[in-house]
Amino acid sequence: MCGIVGLYLKNETLRPKIGALFAPMLREMTERGPDSAGIAIYRNPASGSALKVTLAHDDARFDWAGLAADLAQALDVEVAVEHLSTHAVLTLDGEETVIRQWLDRHHPDVRITAVGQVIEIFKEVGLPQQVIDRFGIERMTGSHIIGHTRMATESAVTTAGSHPFSTGSDLCLVHNGSLSNHPRLRDWLKRHAGMRFQTENDTEVAAAYLTWRLAEGDGLREALGHALRDLDGFYTFAIGTRDGFAVLRDPIACKPAVLAETDDWVAMASEYRSLAHLPGVENAKVWEPAPATIYAWGSA
Amino acid sequence: MPAAGGDGSRGVFLEIVDLDVTPLRELNQRLHDLRAGDNLTAWRVVNPKGRHNVAVGVDAPVSITIDGHVGYYCAGMNSQAEIVITGNAGPGLAENMMSGVVRVKGSASQYAGATGRGGLLVIEGDAAGRCGISMKGIDIVVRGSVGHMSAFMGQAGRLLVCGDAGEALGDSLYEARLYVRGTVAGLGADCVERPLGDTERADITELLARAGIEGLEPEDFRCYGSARQLYNFQADKFHAYG
Repeated sequence: MCGIVGLYLKNETLRPKIGALFAPMLREMTERGPDSAGIAIYRNPASGSALKVTLAHDDARFDWAGLAADLAQALDVEVAVEHLSTHAVLTLDGEETVIRQWLDRHHPDVRITAVGQVIEIFKEVGLPQQVIDRFGIERMTGSHIIGHTRMATESAVTTAGSHPFSTGSDLCLVHNGSLSNHPRLRDWLKRHAGMRFQTENDTEVAAAYLTWRLAEGDGLREALGHALRDLDGFYTFAIGTRDGFAVLRDPIACKPAVLAETDDWVAMASEYRSLAHLPGVENAKVWEPAPATIYAWGSA
Repeated sequence: MPAAGGDGSRGVFLEIVDLDVTPLRELNQRLHDLRAGDNLTAWRVVNPKGRHNVAVGVDAPVSITIDGHVGYYCAGMNSQAEIVITGNAGPGLAENMMSGVVRVKGSASQYAGATGRGGLLVIEGDAAGRCGISMKGIDIVVRGSVGHMSAFMGQAGRLLVCGDAGEALGDSLYEARLYVRGTVAGLGADCVERPLGDTERADITELLARAGIEGLEPEDFRCYGSARQLYNFQADKFHAYG
């Protein structure tokens, strides 16, 4: 099973409420995914050339301030750190590859959940409400947000196996379904594209595939078009970009999805009940996305 | 709590059930307990908010209006009842319906009317993929369009689509009869166009009338049925199973 939800605000005045509007959407998907939950939120853009790096560690008492201080010294830059439960968001001027190398060497047990100027990803095992509370999602401000509630079928119930998965700078993916060719595709991406994997999860393979296609020069639409050809299995994807979001279902389209749009927002969910509380939903355009069709908003 | 009110002029009582207040199991149990001749013949369900299994398994000649959107399996296994959903319906609407009428004013998600044995399902908006899959005698009228693989393995009954049909319409069809007014993206294995004869014209006229659709004529539709080549598996026709 699994539940996926996304909310993209067209009306900027709603941004301070995005967490409050979104939390019930995720909570309503508890029955579809009680194992773990995660969100990708686009908020607090880093200024200038600064990067935001979201990190996670299994130990909630991990010394993020210490890590940030060491990283600042090593790179000779200022590092701001915001600590949220088992995660931390570092903001700094630096090259992504340099930061990754430094973390690999000095903190191999720290996972990078997201890198970009706008995106932050938080995910944990537990019920959606626990995850919402843990990271204070209801109080968050932002432009768009994507979430996932997981009922694991293809790999273990772990934080690392939770969604969303980062697919490159300011990009993320959530998935309802199961891919059947993920072992072979993972091997191919390792050998031919030099991709690295943190889990045995099928969705991580889809994320890596999109990362690779985008690195090859595809736009998001082209990358999703290639995904339709190369990914075998069942999927409804919601994809977040720096200033947009997209939805794609496989050609058989067994996995559910519903879209709703008003002048103020676009929302997607596995089921309508996640949208039932949104302001103006009673007059929204509500429809089921067609199979093998890319829907995109913003500059996705 | 449910509010009951009387409509003395018609001898009909309208029962209103608010699903924000009344547990769904309680509603369904009360509907299951209904018997022919009971006074409560008109029900209105408010605040469904996409909940699953609303008004499943009703077996009494009552009318039920569900005011809003419903989730999975609404009106499943319906017998005798006339159920109207004013919003959209999630997957599995009126699955395995036996008799009665189910009408959704909005659109329906996938496999609406699946395996239905009787009764009439009317979808005033669009139906998604697999509408009427394995239909066994149900009549389905869709004012809008249907998605891919509709009427897959349809055995009996009729599907009338006033809009378009998606890929693989009527794949592996048995004896269900299909009528489409708009374009068909593709016919499934063993599904062929059939001439529009008197029987077919009568079907269309009857279905449009029962669904309350005016302004359309039998000649607006094309008829599709089984070529009857794949009833039993034959190894030398393996390629045709696609």
